[in-house]
Amino acid sequence: MVKEPVRVREFDAQKRIDSFDEVVLGYAEEEALKEASRCLQCKNPACIAGCPVGIDIKKFIYEVTKKDYSNAYFTIREKNNFPSLCGRICPAEYQCRKACVLTKKGEPFAVEAAINIHFLERFIGDYGIKSDLSVNAEKNQAFSKLKVAVVGSGPAGLCCAGELARKGIKVVIFEGLHNSGGVLRYGIPAFRLPRDILDFEINYLNKLGVEIITNFLVGKAVTLDELFEEGYSAIFLGLGAGIPSFLGIKGENLCNIYSANEFLTRVNLMHAYKFPQFHTPINIGKHVVVIGGGNTAMDAARAALRLQKIKGLKLDTAIFYRRSEVEMPARRLEIEHARQEGIKFRFLVQPQGFSGDENGLVSKIKCLECKLGDPDASGRRSPMPIESSDFEVDCDLAIVAIGLKANQILTKVTPELKTDKYADVVVNPETMETSIKGVFAGGDIVGGEGTVIEAMGMAKLASQTIIRQFTEKK
Amino acid sequence: MKIVRKEILTEAQGTKITKLDILAPLIAAKVKPGQFIALMVCPEGERIPLTVVDKDDLQGTITLIFQEAGLTTKLLGKLNVSDSLFALVGPLGHPTEIKKYGKVILIGGGVGIAEIYPVARALEEAANRITVMLGAKTASLLFLERELKKLADDFCVTTDDGSYGRKGFTTDALTDLLKSDKYDLVYAVGPIPMMRKVSSVAKDYGVRTIVSLNALMVDATGMCGCCRVTVDKETKFSCVDGPEFDASLVDWEELGKRNRAYLKQEEHICNLLIK
Repeated sequence: MVKEPVRVREFDAQKRIDSFDEVVLGYAEEEALKEASRCLQCKNPACIAGCPVGIDIKKFIYEVTKKDYSNAYFTIREKNNFPSLCGRICPAEYQCRKACVLTKKGEPFAVEAAINIHFLERFIGDYGIKSDLSVNAEKNQAFSKLKVAVVGSGPAGLCCAGELARKGIKVVIFEGLHNSGGVLRYGIPAFRLPRDILDFEINYLNKLGVEIITNFLVGKAVTLDELFEEGYSAIFLGLGAGIPSFLGIKGENLCNIYSANEFLTRVNLMHAYKFPQFHTPINIGKHVVVIGGGNTAMDAARAALRLQKIKGLKLDTAIFYRRSEVEMPARRLEIEHARQEGIKFRFLVQPQGFSGDENGLVSKIKCLECKLGDPDASGRRSPMPIESSDFEVDCDLAIVAIGLKANQILTKVTPELKTDKYADVVVNPETMETSIKGVFAGGDIVGGEGTVIEAMGMAKLASQTIIRQFTEKK
Repeated sequence: MKIVRKEILTEAQGTKITKLDILAPLIAAKVKPGQFIALMVCPEGERIPLTVVDKDDLQGTITLIFQEAGLTTKLLGKLNVSDSLFALVGPLGHPTEIKKYGKVILIGGGVGIAEIYPVARALEEAANRITVMLGAKTASLLFLERELKKLADDFCVTTDDGSYGRKGFTTDALTDLLKSDKYDLVYAVGPIPMMRKVSSVAKDYGVRTIVSLNALMVDATGMCGCCRVTVDKETKFSCVDGPEFDASLVDWEELGKRNRAYLKQEEHICNLLIK
């Protein structure tokens, strides 16, 4: 008989929307022990295959049950350099927890009873931070003269840099923005990933000897050829999916219609919610509509709701999604948190256009109702607009969160770098090497938008190839 | 990112235009006419784009010229030699397409005078016959006049109040020029109403106008879409698709409105923080 799952403690929904403080409070030791004790320690654990970086989940959970937290930490660290980060933002219900034997085959995502692997990972990661546990870089003479350039300091870049640095390889990360972390910094709000945790995980790379150069756009300030000329032996591209998609409907460029990237960048990277202490402004509306069904839509809506609360407005933030709840790509936990906080959901609606006032400010959104048709290429049932079902609602601020396309700043000036029809970088999936020898890529710039841990999985594979090639060369 | 030279170019009628030379060797080595940088004055600051007006490869410096308008340009104006910016990234955007067009008119209005300078020089070097036309509210607000006059084959100035050069707007002078002779291209940078009017006048005479847009930006690297502008009924990002566009295809009405999206906050923060 499997015991009841231990529910993680959370910051009260009504109080937490006054701030950007963390929502999930994590397990205390007793809770972690209780949850770990639910693990069946399967002979052939399926969960490990569900983890894109292959953490030995069975082993670390066993170590938790033995209160051997240090070793649990090193077990995770063996495969993943960022346990506190992944423990917070991995969509575990689609990965390890979905693979957990307690989730029946064929379920769209993990059942509640599946072991809360991510919360245990977070518990251990935070234990490591508190106890100042760290993994040292190996001293490897053979690699001492090698230098690798990592372009982009998002999840893929950080992961690749960490893997290489641990082997004693000198790594320099080039970041275009003024602060490192990529989407972890500009996209994911502090209420999901507190900044001290993010800073800790990045600082850990500094301890391994990784150098991070911000305000540096590879492709603009230097070319890949010039990096090789400067003595880099390999280059890893973790460029990300940086360009926001828009709906392409009437009135979309009215004022107060933001891409989720812009809204979140203003809030997260530029701290616009602390205006005027921070100088970047942001507008907020009385009736906010967020379009999309992914994690970014949830983040944007929850950030907007907090801004409404901080400004003393009546809470009115809605998510419009063209399919139904079950097809939403967002994490179930994020949907639940959004709902607790008072975000309204309107399913099966497709925006048709926006209208505005004489100052060019958006005032209304017009939509069509949809019904679900046959499954499309993504395997989800596709939305079919219903004729003459159009309706209009008040909307004085809209956030478009329907996805991202490849950032082309580097690829456009590097014609030898082969890209596909989506402008994503083409790689050999077994090595992550691109069409240019010695240049590797991973994360969202390869194969489009994915999760943080998927990006890390690709980055890890690239780092393994780089290490192998360096070893063979000598 | 250190300021090595500072010069107040003009200060009159509440308008202050300042020139800064900033140490940025990598940008200086790469920047081409028409490109810009994004900067932050301080850690709590905004990111703003500014056109690179000049560069010195040997000294590794770039030159920025800006008019104090919002909080960030006011704070930038307060920096002195040997102060450093908090952040500086570039070069950004597409460079101007430099080739032999034939006869080109370059029009700079207000602080836009700074932005036509690198383009005028490059076009002159590419064997174009160039006419430079500067517009300012009043004589004391003109700058770079000597430098641009030296480059230009033909040169004229208009002031709104008639205190120097021809009284009136650049578009009046432009109309006369286009009436009297055939030109191959107009390149204009200045306030939105000026660029819009220039484009419409030039179009009447069958001449194409290229403008460099001053849309609001956040990251300035294509990531946010704040700077989106409708060009030929398509949404473009000024930062990565521009900043230059064919003026006759730009939705000026929309750009003007989008550029006013934060005026209230700007006024509030300036009142609060600038004494």
